[in-house]
Amino acid sequence: MDITPVLDGFGVVMQPTNLLYCLIGVVVGMLIGVLPGLGPAATIAILLPVTFGIEPVTAIIMLAGIFYGAQYGGTITSVLLRLPGEASSVVTVFDGHALARQGKAGTALGVAAIGSFIGGTVSIIALSVVAPLVASFALDFGPPEYTALALLGILLVSTVSSGHRLKAIIAACVGLLLATVGRDGFTSAERFTFDNLSLADGIDFVPIAMGLFGLGEILYNLEERHRAAQTPATIANVWPSRKDLRQSSGAIGRGSVLGFFLGILPGGGATMSSLVAYAVEKRRAKDPSRFGKGAIEGVAAPETANNAAATSSFIPLLTLGIPANATMAVIFGALLIQGVSPGPQLVSEEPELFWGVVNSMYLGNILLLIMSIPLVGLFVRILRVRATILAPITVLITLIGVYTVNNDVFDIVLVIVFGALGYLMKKLGFDPGPLVLAFVLGSLLEESLRRSLLIFDGDATGFFTRPISGTLLVAFVLVAVLPGVRALLRRRSESRTKEQV
Amino acid sequence: MTVPNGTERGSGTDDAAPQEELSISDAIHEVEALEHEYRPPAAGTLTGVLTAAAIVLLGVAALIGSSSLGIGSASEPGPGTWPMIISIVLVVLGAVLLLYARRNTDAEKFSRGSWLVLAGLASMVGFVLVIEVIGFEIPAVLLCFVWLKFLGRESWRMSVITSLAVVAGFYLVFVAALSVPIPHLF
Repeated sequence: MDITPVLDGFGVVMQPTNLLYCLIGVVVGMLIGVLPGLGPAATIAILLPVTFGIEPVTAIIMLAGIFYGAQYGGTITSVLLRLPGEASSVVTVFDGHALARQGKAGTALGVAAIGSFIGGTVSIIALSVVAPLVASFALDFGPPEYTALALLGILLVSTVSSGHRLKAIIAACVGLLLATVGRDGFTSAERFTFDNLSLADGIDFVPIAMGLFGLGEILYNLEERHRAAQTPATIANVWPSRKDLRQSSGAIGRGSVLGFFLGILPGGGATMSSLVAYAVEKRRAKDPSRFGKGAIEGVAAPETANNAAATSSFIPLLTLGIPANATMAVIFGALLIQGVSPGPQLVSEEPELFWGVVNSMYLGNILLLIMSIPLVGLFVRILRVRATILAPITVLITLIGVYTVNNDVFDIVLVIVFGALGYLMKKLGFDPGPLVLAFVLGSLLEESLRRSLLIFDGDATGFFTRPISGTLLVAFVLVAVLPGVRALLRRRSESRTKEQV
Repeated sequence: MTVPNGTERGSGTDDAAPQEELSISDAIHEVEALEHEYRPPAAGTLTGVLTAAAIVLLGVAALIGSSSLGIGSASEPGPGTWPMIISIVLVVLGAVLLLYARRNTDAEKFSRGSWLVLAGLASMVGFVLVIEVIGFEIPAVLLCFVWLKFLGRESWRMSVITSLAVVAGFYLVFVAALSVPIPHLF
């Protein structure tokens, strides 16, 4: 492996602007991680207009910092208030809050911070090795492979998303449909524009992401579903003892590996890996009954895993151009806006961007470690800021921010429409994540499908005769059909047991 | 393990620990349930039927729209081919959802709190209607005030001072510092 571009990447990170934006990113990430309500996808969406004025590398360094910074911050509220700031920190609640009740909140936070740091760093190193390999493997992917890959990616993300599986797939279809609005790339026929000039170029990604993730979440939170956060007592000692560290070292090691691999899978990501890491530790433990009552491994494992996964979920995005989860879909959108199309050529054609972003994560993790151990008290104090005050500020940032993209009032109208849609979707059990992901992949999917059909001269069996696209499509069919089959089998066995009774 | 309700959790420390036999997706749903401890009760069958019907309708409308675009053929796909495929999938999935409408447990009932959301939306619509006429400052102060005083139930003093301060800050950042061409009065 040629090491020069990797070293050049460090040079990119060390530029003052990039250092500054890396710091801004991780601080913002940490803040929104601490504050329940807005998740990383929503925050990154709301900040999209900010990224217009800055260099692509700088923009992505900042957005990535928000994403992995949120994984650190989410721990704090989980441990102190039994109120997870992020979905990926929910399992930390079980043991973290139990530890806090025993007066060991500092230990829990310290171990979580160290675990997060190790998990994140291990994952960056592994990413630096794996990503170029995946990218070089994917270099000869043609349109059929991309069709299959995009289909499988959308399906996997919908299948493991929160909420109803069928509803998630429906949301994805709506996203695909929205992506067709505007001029058709092949024939330049106008589709679903209703003679509206603003729609002729298609719907912008920014109002969709800002509306569905940002405004949708704010409106949803208006219905007071969070308890008022009580300000916790000050945290005494965040430095874990040597005994705590020894006890959690195994969990941190396993969490790093698990998190890395689960993060690569589409739909995997931070939430799932934290769950799996917790379950693995509980199963391995000599005395599983300790879990839920303040086992330090129960904090170390999921917190390590969610950070490792947050980092490795950049692999499919940066090497294949397929986002693995909702947040990655927003970062994908940010890259497209910057004129960079993520894909296998990225490593070789834009090495500065690729290695700049990857290497900035080392720095970001160091900054986050500093913020979560010596400075943790500062962030705990943020909890006193009331959500009722933040909400109107966020709304105004969204409404004015979306206007600045094109200086067009129509975009404000769009963002409000998608905000209402996002609220309704969350209310009715539809996850907006798959919609945004499918929207972002929609034009790529359609284009590669139509190209493939031209290559195969209309013979769709051609997809199955090519080894890679064939394998991916078989996997697609399996993922699509298996849950239905399993439900059918379960029902049959249930009715059989009923008959026996 | 049942879906948690308020009485069951909150007392013991060992509640909600994922059980061994749970599959990953079940576990994710558990976690979601924990996250939304305070969510309102589930919506009824009617909401489920209406949702599914809306999706089928959307699918049918898109199907009509795409067929008028020219469907083309498999060897020569037209502009309507891809939208048509999605519309058909959408209609089918919407119909399946209709079958499950009675088990609509992951949808929430619209409660009194939902009016707050409508009010919030109305304030944004008002903002966008007048911004081109009178600039962003006055509507922004009003929006901020409505959200603080009526949606957030903050005190009068707090609401007035915060709204003025927030909009002043926005003015300084967007108009004075960044000179964003947003319509402004001053």
